[in-house]
Amino acid sequence: MNAKAIKNVQGLKKEGLVSLFPDKIKIIVGSASCGLAAGAGPVFEAIKTGVKEKRIKARVTRTGCIGLCHQEPLVDVIIPDKPRLTYGKVTPQAVKKILDALKKGKVPQGAFARIDTEEFLLEGTSRTYGTDSEDPQIAQIPGFDVLSFYQKQSRIALRNCGFIDPGNILEYMAKGGYTALAELLQSKSPQQVVSEIERSGLRGRGGAGFLTGRKWKMCRAAHADKKYLICNADEGDPGAYMDRSILEGDPHTVIEGMLIAGYAIGAAQGYIYVRDEYPLAIERLQKALKQARTHGLLGDDILKSGFSFDIIINRGAGAFVCGEETALIKSIEGDWGEPRQRPPYPAQRGLWGKPTVINNVETLATVPAVMHNGAKWFSALGTQHSKGTKVFSLVGKVNRIGLVEVPMGTSLRDIIYDIGGGIPDGRAFKAVQTGGPSGGCIPAELIDLPVDYEALSRAGSIMGSGGLIVMDDKTCMVDVAKYFLDFLENESCGKCTPCRVGVKRMRELLDAICSGSGIIEDLALLEKMALNIKDSALCGLGKTAPNPVLSTLKYFKDEYLAHILLKKCPAGVCKNLITYAIDPAVCTGCGACLKACPADAIKGEKKKAHKVLTKKCIKCGACQEVCPVGAVVT
Amino acid sequence: MESFNKTSLNTIIQAHKKQNGSLVSLLQDIQDTFGYLPREALQHVNTVLDIPLSKLFSIATFYNAFNLEPQGKNTLSVCLGTACHVKGGENLIAMMGRALGLDNSEGTSADGKFTIKKVRCLGCCSMAPVVKANDDIHGSMTQTKTANLLKKLKKSKR
Ligand SMILES: Cc1cc2nc3c(=O)[nH]c(=O)nc-3n(C[C@H](O)[C@H](O)[C@H](O)COP(=O)(O)O)c2cc1C
Ligand code: FES
Repeated sequence: MNAKAIKNVQGLKKEGLVSLFPDKIKIIVGSASCGLAAGAGPVFEAIKTGVKEKRIKARVTRTGCIGLCHQEPLVDVIIPDKPRLTYGKVTPQAVKKILDALKKGKVPQGAFARIDTEEFLLEGTSRTYGTDSEDPQIAQIPGFDVLSFYQKQSRIALRNCGFIDPGNILEYMAKGGYTALAELLQSKSPQQVVSEIERSGLRGRGGAGFLTGRKWKMCRAAHADKKYLICNADEGDPGAYMDRSILEGDPHTVIEGMLIAGYAIGAAQGYIYVRDEYPLAIERLQKALKQARTHGLLGDDILKSGFSFDIIINRGAGAFVCGEETALIKSIEGDWGEPRQRPPYPAQRGLWGKPTVINNVETLATVPAVMHNGAKWFSALGTQHSKGTKVFSLVGKVNRIGLVEVPMGTSLRDIIYDIGGGIPDGRAFKAVQTGGPSGGCIPAELIDLPVDYEALSRAGSIMGSGGLIVMDDKTCMVDVAKYFLDFLENESCGKCTPCRVGVKRMRELLDAICSGSGIIEDLALLEKMALNIKDSALCGLGKTAPNPVLSTLKYFKDEYLAHILLKKCPAGVCKNLITYAIDPAVCTGCGACLKACPADAIKGEKKKAHKVLTKKCIKCGACQEVCPVGAVVT
Repeated sequence: MESFNKTSLNTIIQAHKKQNGSLVSLLQDIQDTFGYLPREALQHVNTVLDIPLSKLFSIATFYNAFNLEPQGKNTLSVCLGTACHVKGGENLIAMMGRALGLDNSEGTSADGKFTIKKVRCLGCCSMAPVVKANDDIHGSMTQTKTANLLKKLKKSKR
């Protein structure tokens, strides 16, 4: 690698810094899929046209998801010499006010947080946006660092998400991106890279938690003319969306991670297998790949180092099982995604029969940081066997829904209460589901459990890809177990009998229990079938399919018993076992339910308590949804 | 969306041969063009590329993304991922089914205007429950908002 290439990287970095810390106003709209679902599209358009119409000298850009999903759509405003200000739940109407203020040279009202300094994790430095926090209007806005949502977080994989423009490689480079790659191409052998990752203790974030360094080593040691690297972006676990967020918010970190992995194992070709449901991630990746190629960071003779590597995007076609590595390989080969027996592991015999490393998006997004800051830095975070940080999607019945990254070993309580702000509407916390369909439900008694691979597995669940679905007393645990079996029955590839037939039979038993025709013997039968399937299924999908049932049976047996013996669903969810009613003491007689009911099953006079006609009621729940005072009960 | 024609199909097949793409991506390209996988299209692929029809159908039926039937003018995907499930996604799909006269909530309405589908997570779990209408994702949905969405789409020219 020559000095010119290095100088080039440094020059691009400088350009990126100007873009990050501009000398004129910059307005940034959070435009990941979650932001867009909340309405960021019209907000972006309103800002674009408003800026033009009002002739405001401002640049309008996009960024990814900063994790504060409960505040979307988010807009950041950078006024030179002032802190970066963040506005939440922005509507096109609110945009007008923001722009009016900017036009007048004022700081727009209503920001809920400010960022004074931006951390440069990879450089170990920080840079202040502006010094003007003496301005009383700005001083009263809380800093990001004191928001409870961020205090216990430590963002490595998400270090750039929500800060940089994913469509601008220069901003990624300004934050230290591609520096790790440039350095190691110049001064480290592939073997040294493998050793560094091994020493860091980094484990795969895709679910199984296999040591990344060991996987790379195995593949590096395999003899073959060609090797491949695959990034698993199939993100199949429902309720988990960190991979989408990283791809949409910081695609270059995944590309850099892949380049480093490719160099380490001796591969020249990489694939990213992205699930079909993520069109925006594919779009942003395509753009990022193009930029990387333009700057000589991808393709032949990267940074004049002699190392060549390129990446192809593969679009999935909607099959959960294709997230499993051997099925994924078959799918890239163009076949239907049936898993096969391991060993041989893909690191020995993978894509087109060649040694192949498959790593998850979050794993690869972490790699550049580990290489840049070193194994020692990374392994100082976390617990004895689970190093570093993990991203969780904190969703369901929790106040501050969002994407959080915490050191391994952080307790569920810290995540759900301190970061997540507890359960909405003053309801009781009942359980948190982790690990997707292969995981389990952890009950309220275990709220102080530290999250790492071992602790979660001892509690009967798994880390999985990091979905944390919080459940309150209005969530039925039997229904949740049934939900997962229904999911897995649909997604079973059908190759092995325990999974194809066993999961279906278990789901049928749960159907019966939820509809009131379950018998007490079903519980023992469920448990027996669960253990048999665990023992005999071919791949991870089948082997873990019984987990949601086993964990709910373990911790919430009383709910199963209520369904079977009392024919009642205590959470008020299972439609066959509940009736809707209106609490006359609470009802104000506003008539909203009467209007919403599609079955004419509610009667009542204005300002007097209404009534549900049980015979006509179709249990659609529309009344409960519209009641402003929560008078509809089940 | 184009209606099925052999000229377009041949163009897709030629491009596919040139790029040496996988069978899955070929079927994706065909569906992207015609909205579904017409039987005649698969038969034509079978003849031109000498790939057994059984293999083509195996792939087409294995992956959820492929449709073997023509789709409605508007596709509404209701998320039934875990986050959306615990926040009442099922009520939304049932409501749409009633509104469009579909027996088990999924399928295409008699007038061909709507296809209703279940999906398992759109990755917008923070906005649960979520409905995707054509290319737009709508978050924090309620039955009332869903009814309004249907009304709006009914009126649209699409
Ligand atoms: C049924 C099943 C589904 C899986 N889905 C995914 C997935 O969506 N994303 C993923 O990264 N890993 C998934 N995995 C794990 C992969 O097989 C593999 O272990 C992982 O991609 C390796 O990357 P890592 O070591 O970086 O975690 C799945 C495994 C099974 C058994
Ligand atoms: S669970 Fe519905 S978007 Fe993820």
